[in-house]
Amino acid sequence: MIRINCPFCGERDHSEFGYGGDASIEYPALDASMDEWHDAIFLRENICGMQSETWHHVSGCRMWLIVERDTMTHQIKSVRPAHDANAAVLADLAAGDQS
Amino acid sequence: MSAQRLQKGGRINRQKRIDFTWDGRPLKGYAGDSLASALLASNEKVLGRSFKYHRPRGIMSAGVEESGAMVTIGRGARRDPNVKATMQELYQRLEASGQNAWPNVRYDVGAVNSLFGRFFAAGFYYKTFMGLPPFEWGSKGTGLWMKYEKIIRKAAGMGTASREPDPDVYDHAHGFCDVLVVGSGPAGLQAALTVASAGMDVWLVEQDWSLGGDLLNLDDDKMEKKRLELIAELEKAGVRIMRRTTVFGLYDNGTAGLLERVTDHLTTAHAYQPRQRFWTLRARHTIVASGALERGMAFGNNDRPGIMNVAAGRAYLNRYAVLAGEHVVVATNNDSAYRSAAELSAAGAKISLLDARTRVGSEMLDIAADANISLHTGSAPLNATGLPGISGIEVASSIKGGWELESRLNCDLLLVSGGWSPVVHLLSHRGLKPVWNAEQACFIAPSTDEPIHVAGSAAGIWNTDDCFDSGQSTGAHVVKALGGKARARAMPAAGGWKNRIKPVYEVRVEGRKTKAIVDPQHDVTADDIRLAHREGFVSVEHLKRYTTLGMATDGGKVGNIIGLALMAEALGKDIPEVGTTTFRPPYTPVAIGALKGRNVDQHFRPLRRTPMHDWNLEHGATMTMAGLWHRPWYFARKGETISEAYVRETETTRKSVGLCDVTSLGKIAVQGPDATELLNRVYTNPFAKLPIGKARYGIMLRDDGMVMDDGTTWRFSDTDYFMTTTTAHAAKVMVWLEELLQTRWQDLRVHVTSVSEQWAGCAVAGPKSRDVMSACVEDASVMSNENFPFMGVIETTLKGDIPCRIARISFSGELAYEAYVPSDYAPAMMDMLWAEAQKHDGCLYGLEALGAMRIEKGHVTGAELDGRVSIDDAGLGKMASADKAYIGKAMRDRPELLREDRPRLVGIMPVNRDEKFNAGSILCAANKVSGMGEGWITAVTHSPVMGHWIGLGFISGGHEAWQGKAVVAADPVRKGNINVEIISPHMYDPSGEKMHG
Repeated sequence: MIRINCPFCGERDHSEFGYGGDASIEYPALDASMDEWHDAIFLRENICGMQSETWHHVSGCRMWLIVERDTMTHQIKSVRPAHDANAAVLADLAAGDQS
Repeated sequence: MSAQRLQKGGRINRQKRIDFTWDGRPLKGYAGDSLASALLASNEKVLGRSFKYHRPRGIMSAGVEESGAMVTIGRGARRDPNVKATMQELYQRLEASGQNAWPNVRYDVGAVNSLFGRFFAAGFYYKTFMGLPPFEWGSKGTGLWMKYEKIIRKAAGMGTASREPDPDVYDHAHGFCDVLVVGSGPAGLQAALTVASAGMDVWLVEQDWSLGGDLLNLDDDKMEKKRLELIAELEKAGVRIMRRTTVFGLYDNGTAGLLERVTDHLTTAHAYQPRQRFWTLRARHTIVASGALERGMAFGNNDRPGIMNVAAGRAYLNRYAVLAGEHVVVATNNDSAYRSAAELSAAGAKISLLDARTRVGSEMLDIAADANISLHTGSAPLNATGLPGISGIEVASSIKGGWELESRLNCDLLLVSGGWSPVVHLLSHRGLKPVWNAEQACFIAPSTDEPIHVAGSAAGIWNTDDCFDSGQSTGAHVVKALGGKARARAMPAAGGWKNRIKPVYEVRVEGRKTKAIVDPQHDVTADDIRLAHREGFVSVEHLKRYTTLGMATDGGKVGNIIGLALMAEALGKDIPEVGTTTFRPPYTPVAIGALKGRNVDQHFRPLRRTPMHDWNLEHGATMTMAGLWHRPWYFARKGETISEAYVRETETTRKSVGLCDVTSLGKIAVQGPDATELLNRVYTNPFAKLPIGKARYGIMLRDDGMVMDDGTTWRFSDTDYFMTTTTAHAAKVMVWLEELLQTRWQDLRVHVTSVSEQWAGCAVAGPKSRDVMSACVEDASVMSNENFPFMGVIETTLKGDIPCRIARISFSGELAYEAYVPSDYAPAMMDMLWAEAQKHDGCLYGLEALGAMRIEKGHVTGAELDGRVSIDDAGLGKMASADKAYIGKAMRDRPELLREDRPRLVGIMPVNRDEKFNAGSILCAANKVSGMGEGWITAVTHSPVMGHWIGLGFISGGHEAWQGKAVVAADPVRKGNINVEIISPHMYDPSGEKMHG
């Protein structure tokens, strides 16, 4: 059981989450070429070590998260909201807590 | 007579007599007994028969590593096979019986197998039955193998499970703690107290019914006092103490799996008690104080009843007050056996002690001399004699590079210590490779970055006082790691014996054939290991699979190290070079029932009911499952079959009007300034110009260009849409929209909310549907054809001021509406609609009629949109816009997806109109009914409109390619080949006049 520290809900079992995929993929524009789309959809690194990936807290807050996970050990290095504006708000709140 | 119950001592309560039966015979024991100790005290010697050779087996241990006394408990539906008698607490009226034997374990016909022992060596089955003809004769050979396999499996095996449904209840439970302590021996007790004293939340988990671990087996008043004090302090400190609970596995990020045996020790359980509880525990830190197991040595007939490990002899004596033999030989290669031998001697046994070491220190000599023990150094057992139980041994003496036969000794009990193996299983579950410690001749877990710590004999620390210290030290370390304050004692090093252990794994004299068992549960012998090596199995992982060493229910607790050592010897290598296999969860067997918990029968998966569920039932619905949803299947009138009912429902709907619960469709509120843009990107057809007050049918593709889902989306304002999805894909579409908005398209100002459960929906279909709707809305004028055209959407109120949103959309091909009200109003809406529908001789219809009408109309559902279908395959290519970009646009133009011969949606009907065909049939050209065929059938129905069976399916090239060609719907499993015609999927009202009318 992997435990994921959701920035909105706290640490939860991975069974509450849905796995998305490789978070490092930049999806092309909708009118991009077939080749660009092919590479974005089908080409994946098979990373042994720290990998950035998306998870969906589907049985929780339903937020998409970016998780840095070691594929060898399941150790999780960081978790942040996938949406940059949400991440910024959380960072502001954290800064406010400290001041 | 050899084993006997002592008049005093032990942890049994002689005031509480317990009656139980063994193979139907009444026996007695006392409270505090294990089944094994009670059987031993009753002098029952043969308790089991081995896996392959049906060799007689008795008690081999006093613990979890037991491989001899495997018995069946209970009967009928509650028959529980392969229970270790050593771990079974005795209770009143317990029924135990022997297994893998006929007629019983004492006289077993299967024992003839042992005469053919050489045929049952490693790899026997493969070599004999699979490598040679007839087993390589294709399918025929497989059939023969399966026949022989049945016979072989019957002859070899363990207990058999009940075939009746499990009558017991099992619970799943969840827990959280700061620190999990596994094991309540000296290290575990001390560690738990150290951590709890610092205010941490601690769980102490013990597989036994008493706390103390090896302390329970000592005859030492001082230690007993300390044990009781520690337990009292733990209780005072609020430690959660779990007895009869096994930590069977350690998993990622501090998760542990626990099995709590709640009622397995009770004669009758309370109704509220589950039999077992399956715990998922999340601990910030875990202290593994799981102890060590004593291993034996391989020598001739080393599995005879009357041979057990030394620790077991001590446990039966001190804990259960059973002296297991009168004439006892103790064979050892280390110091740990001496104290036990002395205690057995003091209890009245006559002891000969064989020490494989030629020299031992004076402390050991003094113990032997003081206890009147006859000590033979440089000696070890070579072969056990006597059948079924041991009556004596042949003794070997150590010579340069080996052993030679020296003498014989009579005995009725042989206790063996070949060294101790720390229980590293839980660490192995975490992927840690144990490291060989040559000094102590054992594998020890390496340290880890994870918050998991090892204490006590699990870390190779042999002295009890050192184990207490290591518990304190480990506990204090954990307290500090958790931010608390504690003073740690020095952590003792592994070891603690006065004289070094002499590794002895096998005692053998060259040229003498003996049966030396390495893995007693699977009857793997020392010769099997050497055979495997000769045949080229040099990796331990291959050795394990070829010989099945360590693959029985004990997972190699007893035999693994001896097997590895013999392999290393055969290879001419050291043990660390050979390595060890990986221990995997569970540490001890876990019943399937515990894994399933309460998720059985109707609780196997969640059940979803619509808000008009009860209303449907009251009106005669027969229900069926659609995904997780319970939906009306058909509404049979008195005496009607399902076929009659749905045909009538279809006819009535097409002729007059029908009502159908469509609440299970997915519904998503799509709201915000950029809602239009979002829809325009995810649907293939244009949504940018959808007027307010209109709905549009849309197709969504995946990134790879295949169809994801379809449905209608209704527009209520500039910024407010109501999207419907198929029942099957509702959750998937919701997740997809959330992903797009939160990851790829963060700039879009849109909010999506699942409102599937907020709105209850009813389809009102048929020529009279407008009349029904008009009678139910407050203002009938909103329903006129002019005000409410095809694909129109309105928000209005039903009579009684019920808020309602209605779309004029049709799945049936008739004039039809879908009306949605807030869920609580569902029965009220249905009452109103039904009263009006009845005035037109209308009907209620279910999924069967819904399916029939959509097949007639050629509408696709999840049966067709199975993830392998492109928008062109589904015949919906005209829905794909050429003028805008949308998800999947680039990839749907992949050359393979544009091939003319791709399977495309078609309608199907039988050439002979009286014939029926089945969904799932393969469509083949009539002159080539073989192989993969040209297509397949996804759905069939008897069409009331056409008066015969019709179907939908896919066939290469679509219906144009098959006009006038002979096609067969092949159904080889159900043995039917039906000649069919391939036609357009739009079989009913292709121009759509009816629904537009």
